[in-house]
Amino acid sequence: MTNETPAVELRGLQKRFGKVQANEDIHLRVRRGSIHAIIGENGAGKSTAMKMLYGMYRPDAGEIRVHGEQRSWASPSEAIAAGIGMVHQHFMLAGPYNAVENIVAGAETSEPRWRWLPRAFRPVDATGARARLEKLARQYGLEMNFDAPVEELAVGVQQRIEILKLLYRDASILILDEPTAVLTPQETEELFVNLRKLCAEGKTVLIITHKLKEVMAIADHVTVFRAGKVVGDIPRAGTSVEELASMMVGRKVNLTAAPPPPPERGEAVLDVRELSLASSVGGKHPIQNLSFDVRAGEIVGIAGVEGNGQSQLLQLLLHPRAYRKRSRGEIHCLGQPILAGKAALATAAIKALGVGVIPEDRHREGLLLERPVLENFLLGLHQRAPFARRGFVSLKAVRSAAARAIEEYDVRPRSLEVAAGGLSGGNQQKLIIAREFERSPRFMVAAQPTRGVDVGAIEFIHQRILRARAEGAGVLLVSSELDEILALSDRILVMYEGRIVARFNRGEATEQSLGIHMGGGSHS
Amino acid sequence: MKVAAKGGWLPLLQPILAVAAGLAAGLAVAGLAGESPWHVLKILARSAFGSPYDLGMSLFYATPLIFTGLAVALPLKAGLFNIGAEGQLTLGALAAAAVGALFPAVPWPWAPLLAGLAAFAAGAFWGFIPGWLRVRRGSHEVINTIMLNFIAAGLASWVTLYLLKNPASQNPETRDLGAGYAIAKLHVFGDAPVSSALFLALLAAAAVWVFLWKTVAGFEVRAVGENDVAARKAGIRDGRARILVMVLAGGLAGLVGIGEVLGNAGRFRLGFSPDFGFIGIAVALLARGRPEGVVAAGLLFGALHKGSADLDLETENVTRDLSLILQALVILSVSADGLWDWLKKRRTAP
Repeated sequence: MTNETPAVELRGLQKRFGKVQANEDIHLRVRRGSIHAIIGENGAGKSTAMKMLYGMYRPDAGEIRVHGEQRSWASPSEAIAAGIGMVHQHFMLAGPYNAVENIVAGAETSEPRWRWLPRAFRPVDATGARARLEKLARQYGLEMNFDAPVEELAVGVQQRIEILKLLYRDASILILDEPTAVLTPQETEELFVNLRKLCAEGKTVLIITHKLKEVMAIADHVTVFRAGKVVGDIPRAGTSVEELASMMVGRKVNLTAAPPPPPERGEAVLDVRELSLASSVGGKHPIQNLSFDVRAGEIVGIAGVEGNGQSQLLQLLLHPRAYRKRSRGEIHCLGQPILAGKAALATAAIKALGVGVIPEDRHREGLLLERPVLENFLLGLHQRAPFARRGFVSLKAVRSAAARAIEEYDVRPRSLEVAAGGLSGGNQQKLIIAREFERSPRFMVAAQPTRGVDVGAIEFIHQRILRARAEGAGVLLVSSELDEILALSDRILVMYEGRIVARFNRGEATEQSLGIHMGGGSHS
Repeated sequence: MKVAAKGGWLPLLQPILAVAAGLAAGLAVAGLAGESPWHVLKILARSAFGSPYDLGMSLFYATPLIFTGLAVALPLKAGLFNIGAEGQLTLGALAAAAVGALFPAVPWPWAPLLAGLAAFAAGAFWGFIPGWLRVRRGSHEVINTIMLNFIAAGLASWVTLYLLKNPASQNPETRDLGAGYAIAKLHVFGDAPVSSALFLALLAAAAVWVFLWKTVAGFEVRAVGENDVAARKAGIRDGRARILVMVLAGGLAGLVGIGEVLGNAGRFRLGFSPDFGFIGIAVALLARGRPEGVVAAGLLFGALHKGSADLDLETENVTRDLSLILQALVILSVSADGLWDWLKKRRTAP
């Protein structure tokens, strides 16, 4: 086998789901020992192609060659046996178990003297497995604690466990799905070091991503997917973020929302004073003594790795009643106390003050996935005139407002009847934004507003948030995407373990300085 | 047509196929028991639809099943499983009878109205309890409604045997209603006890449809059932919506009392219901929770109930229990979603 034989070669792969041609004539060559980035908007077909490579889907036509040999498999386990492994975006780890147990599960070995027993009854050779793992970890520079329960380990370490899991199964080709989505900038750096080391040892890495800056930092070669086809296949050395972005979208995009000058500070639309929240299960308080405000006409960004109290803060802002007994401190919103001592406003009353919310998890918190766009537009507006008339829903009013809104917010397809679950992530998000802006909010909460949406939609969503600010609304932006925080925020607060550990004004912060605080670096 | 616009005839086809498959399997069971399936089918059909009287009896049984079917279907829309229709209808009927026995002098248009309100209120209260417990205390409505069925049965025995015992009867029944309480019988069906309560059932189904699809409260209920987290975020008080549907469901089940007490017996008879509340679960499942489907499924199960009654007399080897087998098989085939999806995929696959 020479270096010229590609590690992976896809030739004319086709895949169709019902009426949708998910992949059409996909050609891809991945050089052995290289890092190959697969980029594309949501629904562009990159995941479908990788799932065929990984054995999760069967191609309708075309062939898959691995190290020059034509292969086809019926399930991911066959692909793993052939040396192809995948690290999923959501890790597949059992929290209470340690790294060794997690890695070995499903691929247990036993000593030769137990051969005579049926496989299921052979004792597991834990010491042998552990020795092998330690050797692998040293070889590839994947440092980790093998004894702690994985749920106590940092996300970056958990990811290393997932990678080691594949190496333990002798994978030579690793597919990583959005590997940096949950990492701090520092952890991302470490991941990149590890990936380079893997390549130096002869492994081949495929990264599915939408973060173009990271593509430029790590990839050797880039393949761009659009609308089910490969539209670009170029070495990284000859391209730029701008070129990749316009290839992905099929037109020129303006990536960084130009930061307009910070307007005058207006009235406080949100005022949080010494807010604490006790945990429901004991242990550390998820929110500790938080004080900050958001003023009319400004965007306040909350940066932080997920799970540092941001979700709880959002819950408190919107559902103070449910948390009244566990919380301390006060929240005032648009001049009204929404949480103060024993008084707490109901969610509907808070939203009626003029609060719009883009929720963190649009599937769970924002949409009725199986219901049509029309009803999703109505959700939350259904108690207001003109949509509610004497207890009845005025379908006519909803229909005309929704039709206008999906036009204005460019929700595709332009149908009020299609189920919300059938829209792409970006269009779902635009639908939510259309709905929340329908009430002309004076205070907007935008939590992870561009998570999992395509580049074109990101641009649109950022513009809309900036327009809300220009119209005098105050915006609280919670995001784990530092680019987004840095591009949009007039002030930045960094949350770590339930506290605000750093505050910056526009222009003062960099990705590095935010990253250090996000990882708790200022404490150590 | 609206149905056609939302995915053609497929959604309608499934329950029809399921019923056919369930019937076929049930008749095959009869065949195994040594009875000609064709003979059994003929008896079923003749007994259910053979004469105006038979048809009337089928409709008489269908009436409570439509009410209980709605009482299960409505909470399903909010993600709640009401197993308590049996208890709710028992108390509804008891309340109607109690009002009629305690205030016999009330004249006609007011008397049935009063008894109907009492039936609704009693059932609604029995639905409120598990709704409230679920929302405020987090205890599961399935457990609580089952428990409340037993309590309702005990309560009904006590009231019937000790408080309102009919002195003129050997049977466990309450005293007779006043004369003003009787509601119109449908005489086209001969001696069958089917009454205008049938129209009330149809009206109730229409009202539930309007509630679910046209009102703000109905939208909130559906949103809660679809995704309660998103509903809460949208300012919907999900607890209130849940309690509301349980109250309405209990009330609907309670209305069974109108047909039975005002339209048929003229008093409350202990054990009058051959598990209408539980068959209502089957009705609601077959209807996939839709009010219009509940009407169709209620009529079907009413006919099945009547049709199988003659099996005892006219066959050697099977009894009326065959109707239970048929119901079970229909429900099984309705709930065979996996099989259904597989069939559909084969149709659409290239």
